[in-house]
Formats: sequence, C-alpha cells, structure tokens
Amino acid sequence: MSSATDSMAPTGRPADGIMRAADGTPLKVSIARALRREKLRALLLILPLLVFIILSFVLPIADMLFRSVENQIVSETIPRTVVALRDWDSRSGELPDEAVFAAMQADLTEAFEAKAHTRLGLRLNYEKSGMSSIFRKSGRPVADLQPPYKDGFIKIDDGWGDIETWVVIKRASPAYTAGYFLAAADLEQTSQGIQRVPENERLYIMLFGRTMWMSLLITFCCLLLGYPLAYLMSHVRRSTANLLMILVLLPFWTSLLVRTSAWKVLLQQQGVINDTLVWAGLVANDGRLELINNQTGTVIAMTHILLPFMILPLFSVMQTISPTYVRAAKSLGASDWTAFWRVYFPQTIPGIGAGAILAFILAIGYYITPELVGGTQGVFISNRIAYHISSSLNWGLAAALGTMLLVLVIILFWVYDRMVGIDNVKLG
Amino acid sequence: MASPLPPYASPQQRFWYYAFRVICGLIFFYLIFPILVIIPLSFNADNFFTFTPKMLAFDPDGYSLKHYQDFLTSPDWQQALRNSFTIAPVATIVATVLGTLAAIGLSQSHVPAKSLIMAILISPMIVPLIISAAGMYFFYSRLGLQGTYWGVVLAHAALGTPFVIITVTATLVGFDRSLTRASASLGADPITTFFKVQMPLIMPGVVSGALFAFITSFDEVVVVLFVGSASQKTLPWQMFIGLREQISPTILAVATVMTALSVVLLITLEGIRRRSERLRGLSPS
Repeated sequence: MSSATDSMAPTGRPADGIMRAADGTPLKVSIARALRREKLRALLLILPLLVFIILSFVLPIADMLFRSVENQIVSETIPRTVVALRDWDSRSGELPDEAVFAAMQADLTEAFEAKAHTRLGLRLNYEKSGMSSIFRKSGRPVADLQPPYKDGFIKIDDGWGDIETWVVIKRASPAYTAGYFLAAADLEQTSQGIQRVPENERLYIMLFGRTMWMSLLITFCCLLLGYPLAYLMSHVRRSTANLLMILVLLPFWTSLLVRTSAWKVLLQQQGVINDTLVWAGLVANDGRLELINNQTGTVIAMTHILLPFMILPLFSVMQTISPTYVRAAKSLGASDWTAFWRVYFPQTIPGIGAGAILAFILAIGYYITPELVGGTQGVFISNRIAYHISSSLNWGLAAALGTMLLVLVIILFWVYDRMVGIDNVKLG
Repeated sequence: MASPLPPYASPQQRFWYYAFRVICGLIFFYLIFPILVIIPLSFNADNFFTFTPKMLAFDPDGYSLKHYQDFLTSPDWQQALRNSFTIAPVATIVATVLGTLAAIGLSQSHVPAKSLIMAILISPMIVPLIISAAGMYFFYSRLGLQGTYWGVVLAHAALGTPFVIITVTATLVGFDRSLTRASASLGADPITTFFKVQMPLIMPGVVSGALFAFITSFDEVVVVLFVGSASQKTLPWQMFIGLREQISPTILAVATVMTALSVVLLITLEGIRRRSERLRGLSPS
C-alpha cells in the first residue's frame, strides 16, 4: 500500500483524470492489489494453525456431535431385517410374519460370524434392558435353525415372542436417532410416545441440576472470598499489591493435581484439619467431621481452585476505579457503608460479571476435582460423561451429554464475549 | 476501609479497618496454606498424611526423605516423569511455532473473517476439557492415534495454542509497524526483517506463551487419560491414579517437586513481564 501512496506525487494528475501508480496501473487497482496481497499474507500466516486446530480439535468435537445422533449399527448389522420390518405395523398387536424371522435368521448368522451380534445387543439394551441377553443367547443356535423360523426363534429365547422386542428393533432401525438425547433428558420412547423414565431411573436432569447449582454455589463462594482480596489489593501501595498478587498467582500456577491432593490430605477424617479441630477441642475425637467424598469437599476444593479466576478480573476492574468518587460521596455526607454500596460497588459490577461467568464456565465442566474429592454425592455431569466413555461404553449417550454441556458453555461464553470481549482475556 | 486509617477515624471505623484486614488474612491463608502444608508433610517419616507427634516436636527422627527416594526409584514414577518430559516440550514447540505465526497474521490490519477465525483458534481454551477429551478419544480412535505418543502430543499442542495466541497478540498490540517498514526500506527481505527486527521485540510474549503452553501440557490430565494409554502416562496421570486408588505419601513428594517447578516458572514469567515493560517504556521504574 505504501508504495502506491509514495508514487502519487511524481505521477501527479494525468490528462485522462485517472490517478496512476508509477508503473502506469490506475491507483485504485494498484491499492486493491496491494490490499489483496496483504490479506493473502495474513491468511497464509494463520493457515497452518487453522488447519492444525481444525484437524486436531474441531473435527473431534464435530465427531462427538455426530456420534450423539448416529445409529448406523442396527441397519449395518441386520440390514435385511430392517428392510423386512418396514412393512410391519408395530401397533397391530401381532408378531412380525415369517419373512421377518427369516431375514433375522440370515442377518444374525452373518453377524455371529463377524462377532457383531453382542455389540448390537448392547446397543439395543440402551433402549430396553434384556435385549443384550436375547442377542447373546441367540448368536450360536440361530445358524442351525430350520424353517419355520418363528417357532425356532421363540424356542431359543422367549424374548423373540414378545412384541416389544420387535418394536424396539424397528424403532432403532433408522440411521439417525434422537434416543441418546432423550436418554440424556431422562426421557424414553415407548409405544405410548415420549415419556419420562420411571422415577428411580431419573438421573441426568438431577445431575445437570446439581452441576448448575453447585457451580453457582462455588461461584458465589469465590465472589465472597475474592471481592475483599481484590479490594484490599487495589487499595494498598503498589509494592504491597505486587506481593499479594504473587500470593494469588502461586496457587494459580500450581498444578491442579497438586492442589487437589493437598485438599485430599487436609480434609480426610485423619487429616490435618480434623486433627487440629480435635486438638483444639472443637470437635470430639469420635465425631470427626466428614469433609471429603461429599458435596462439602467439592465446594471447598473447587472454590480454592477457581478463586484466582475471580480475583484477577475483579482486581483489574477495581484498579481503574478512581478514589475520588468515594471521597466525593463521603464529603457529601454518605456513611462509609453508603459510599461503598451506592458508589463504589456499582462500578465493580463489570468485574463481578466477568469473574463470575468465567468461574461458572470453568466450574460446570470440571472433572478431576469432583472425581477425587466428591464421592458419589459431589460429582458433576462431566464425571458421568467420563463414566460412559470408559466404563459403560455407551458412547452415544456420552456424546449426547457432552453436546448438551457444550451448548450450555457456548451460550455462557457468548454472554461473556458480549460483556467482556473474548480479546480481553488476560493471563496472569 | 483499606486505605491508610485517618487520625480522626471513629472507634467503629478503626474496628472495621482491622477486622477487614484479619478477614483478608484468613482468605489468603485459605489460598496458600494447602500448597504450603504439603511441603513439610512430604518429609514425613511415617506413611501418614498428618503431622505425627514426632514431627510436631521437631524430632529429626520424624522427618525423612524416603518418599522422595521412592519417587526417584519407583519405575512407575520414573516412567511418568520421562513421559511428561518427552510430551510437554514437543507439544510446546508445535504450539509456539504455529501460535506465533497465527498471532502475527491475526495482528495484520486486514484479515477476512477475523472474529470467526479467532473464535476457532481460541476454542480449545473454552470448551470444557472433558468434552475435548471425549471428542478426541472418539476421533483419534478412528484414525488409530488413540493410545499413541503423537496422539497425546497433538492433543496437548491444540490445548496450548490459545495461550500462545493471547500472549503474543498482547505484545503485538504495542508493536510499532514502522520498524518493519524501515527495515524493508533498508533492503531487508521479509524473512530477515522477521528474525532480526520483529522476533526480538515480541520475544517476551513468545516465551511466556511457550511457558503457558508447557504448563498446560505438563499439568494436563483429563485429555491424556482418554487419548493416551498406559505407556503414555504422565506425572499428573500417575498422581490421579494414585489419589483415586492407593493413596501413598509419595504423591506429596511429587506434589512438592511440581510446586517448586511452578514457582520457578512463575518467577521466570514475572521477570519476563518486568523486562518487557521496561523495554517498552510502560513503567519508568
């Protein structure tokens, strides 16, 4: 761009009225070309990272979103049955006809050879318990069946004579399903439409509720503890403030695992805190407090871990508030409290908002600390996601729960971006 | 409340002034105590997680280095230590190189779809780790990267790049563009200009970004638990398993070593920050 502007003077204004650069091209074209080149250069610099992040991060997330609705296993494992079942009316009250059973015999024989029938059984078990054992039991004997297949199947397992079994298979046939999301919202598809699951099986709504409620509590605790510290730090001499800042940054920089292990050690029944309380006579030796493996443990440890994230934005806002406002309020007769509450506090609200949203976003996605100090009552939705990935292997449900959590976080971050601006994220 | 107490303060104001400081002291205690308390506990001669009577009496018999000895001799911990130091540096290099280039690109004045690109590049920092871990686990198993060294390095590099972008962008805000023009007008090609003019000036941002990326990888446990397998177990992984299954005081020794490392990093970073502020004339002190 600069070369075009520099060359304006010698070229001057030619007779045809078009300003030209030194090489004779019209100035407009020349500038546009330089601009294009600049854009291209910027994009070329960004491109390697963009490709890297898309490959290593965005595609994995997209894969997770896809898995939350993907359901090709049924139509891939028993393709003939899926086609044959299309003509069967699940509300007829009758079992499917012989053709469907014949298709199932052929499909299952192949599936058994490929050892895919147990996986399918496991998948269908998410829809209705008991399906897994029907498929496991039928795998081997099905190959030797002779027509009529219907009676043969029912002889192997009574489940094949149950209309519900076929209803479930037909319902699970499409390549995409909303079943995982329904399960993640404690709903299920029954022959009477979508219904809530029985009371004793409801888990996820409660878990989402608990995650939200405990994250709010933790955010509130962070605010309660962080506000006075940020206030103190912004009202002392600069050198003292720097020293106090180091005390805040040290836990911020200390490994998460180190801090969690510290709390695990401190909060135990035979740990330092209980020992001190017993020694001071505040608690009887046989009445030691249960501070760990419950919600108390999660709140204490997570407040400690997230506190710096609250203090840093609060401090950066409080630093910019001029002390003259409070002085003016006091000179006009306001008491200390009124001056603080009516004049100082409202000016810190942007900092409170930024810190609170940041702490809340971080809290709802936490996994490690609740897992280690939360017991069964203090775990979050993340722990359930991890459980479904590594223990129950119900990846679809894990993906659906993850998608719901992700949507929640994105909404919160959008709010954060509107309030603070994502570019204003500061580190340390 | 916290500014110096004026001589005319009423008794009530005096009371609040001191009460406020006591409260703040208690909160600082809550922040720091858990980190400090593990240091003496890691020298415990017994396998307890609390101060034994001997330790409280400052009896030398109550203290020992046996947990450190255990850390340095146990094959499990040694493997974890090796893995941590082979994964984190490589992830840091990848994140720093790509992140620095992208930050320079993003700081140009005409970048199409800038906010969209920024949102994508920052996303690894925003998405909860458990979701990143789940997605990477699913996707990397399709590619055969799950349970491999490079799978973990890729994942950690992706998690570290947002920090590099943020720190380098922050130094580029104060970067005087006429310096590169001057260099170009004196006949330097863009590559020479980059390494001789721009790089030395944005170095503090690059180094602190690299430190952030390093600590991200070094401390990370959720993603490595899913993307890695037993042969990629890192120090945090081993600590996590140790805390969940058979808690042994060796963890306290490891925790103390890791805290020392964080202190070193913190001091380095603070030094860089002061140096860069001085260089850029932001604070006269």
